[in-house]
Amino acid sequence: MSDQILLGTRKGTIVLDRKGARWTPRPIAHAGMSISFAARDPRDGTIWAAMDHAHWGPKLSRSKDGGTTWENMTQLAYPPGARFVEQHLPTPDEDPDASDRPTTYKNAALLKVWVLAFGGEDDPGTIHAGTLPGGLFTSRDGGDTWELNRPLWNHESRGGDLFAGNATTRNQWGGTPAAMSYGEFVPGIHSVVVDPRDSKRILVGVSSAGVLETRDGGLTWQGRNRGMLNDYLPNPEAEWGHDPHFVTHCPGEPDRFWQQNHCGVFTSEDGAQTWEKVSRPEVAVHFGFPIAVDDRDGRTAWVVPAKADDQRMSVDGGLFVARTRDGGAGWEIFREGLPQQHAYDVVYRHALDARGGRVCFGSTTGNVYVSEDRGETWRCIGNNLPPIHSVRFA
Amino acid sequence: MPIVAFTRHLQRFFPSLAEGHVPGATVREVIDELERRHPGLASYIVDETGRLRRHVNVFVGDEPIADRVHLGDAVGPGDKISILQALSGG
Repeated sequence: MSDQILLGTRKGTIVLDRKGARWTPRPIAHAGMSISFAARDPRDGTIWAAMDHAHWGPKLSRSKDGGTTWENMTQLAYPPGARFVEQHLPTPDEDPDASDRPTTYKNAALLKVWVLAFGGEDDPGTIHAGTLPGGLFTSRDGGDTWELNRPLWNHESRGGDLFAGNATTRNQWGGTPAAMSYGEFVPGIHSVVVDPRDSKRILVGVSSAGVLETRDGGLTWQGRNRGMLNDYLPNPEAEWGHDPHFVTHCPGEPDRFWQQNHCGVFTSEDGAQTWEKVSRPEVAVHFGFPIAVDDRDGRTAWVVPAKADDQRMSVDGGLFVARTRDGGAGWEIFREGLPQQHAYDVVYRHALDARGGRVCFGSTTGNVYVSEDRGETWRCIGNNLPPIHSVRFA
Repeated sequence: MPIVAFTRHLQRFFPSLAEGHVPGATVREVIDELERRHPGLASYIVDETGRLRRHVNVFVGDEPIADRVHLGDAVGPGDKISILQALSGG
């Protein structure tokens, strides 16, 4: 059970402390800065915030005193020679009958730190960062220095080793729409899941490529997309090009994975070797961004659905949370304590979390809701906040 | 030696930053010297490819620099370089 919630918001980092039955916000930290993700390292208590400076570029910030003071850090950067295959977006004056255009490359620069994940107790000091344009960075010294994971960057699914020369395989990593607000169309790693039994086993979720896993600490990577379906491809079962929105697992049952995908809700019982679609469109469980899993029972998960891909807003003006307790076979809908009229909250992929029976989510309209009974009833613990990017129990 | 002025917004991250003389024959050389004096400052102005950040402007006198990729614009000993955040990007 955690009595602290960290919010990464459009205008700063907000810490909420539970005092008695109330959740009380502290004065905003990083005031005025967009924070893409905020989380606390459970091993040493360091609080991390990914600053998304519009002017000065993305930077990390950490606090070693519970959020009283912060140290801004500039060490996470793409190395010289890091390149990626550029995505091509058709322009209005483009000739659709033009012959094949040549592959073009772009030098990588950090566009956004999208997610942070911490190694296990067996791996002190290790922190992973998922970024745009699609690199995974790892620190082995508590965040003082960072290194790009080259085996993943050089993966055969995205062209091979572009440090050595031009692409030797076809790039199958597409851009993520989440990058377009930066004026780019590049892939992004939004999910990093470290196996609590073995820190060398890591799963990443990539928009738009799919899911990949390493079992040797990042030396080699394999795709884990079997069973995922992409309705936007001629072959929905294609090996790559999938758009998981968020991937996570049950810490108490580490082989039980869940993902909210652009094309539905999926679950895996076999460590992401295979996925099963468990959407229930008849109860509006299908499209959305975040998903959270119970920390002990892998068959219990929560989603906050949005209406549809072409209508990314709450369903018919009423906010609700859906919960499954049987691995996705059935979903219960919970609305008590949530607005049911003219409510247009959208919950981003990192803005839902569950811990010890409590569930919390924050939305783009600046509202934060918490449940103390496993998602059955809700109360608002903050409104008029900036748009919320991430919610994490500390 | 050129003189360099900074937007006050950078002082939030580098409190000791102040207008002053910085040696360099090009904007790039000036930025490199600034990085030596204030470790980490360059990453607020340029990205890791060396390109000027999209929503940052650098002026030599009243003119914005022409070379946002390599920052090769020449600077003379009497020039004033201004490092400012753009109106965009807010």
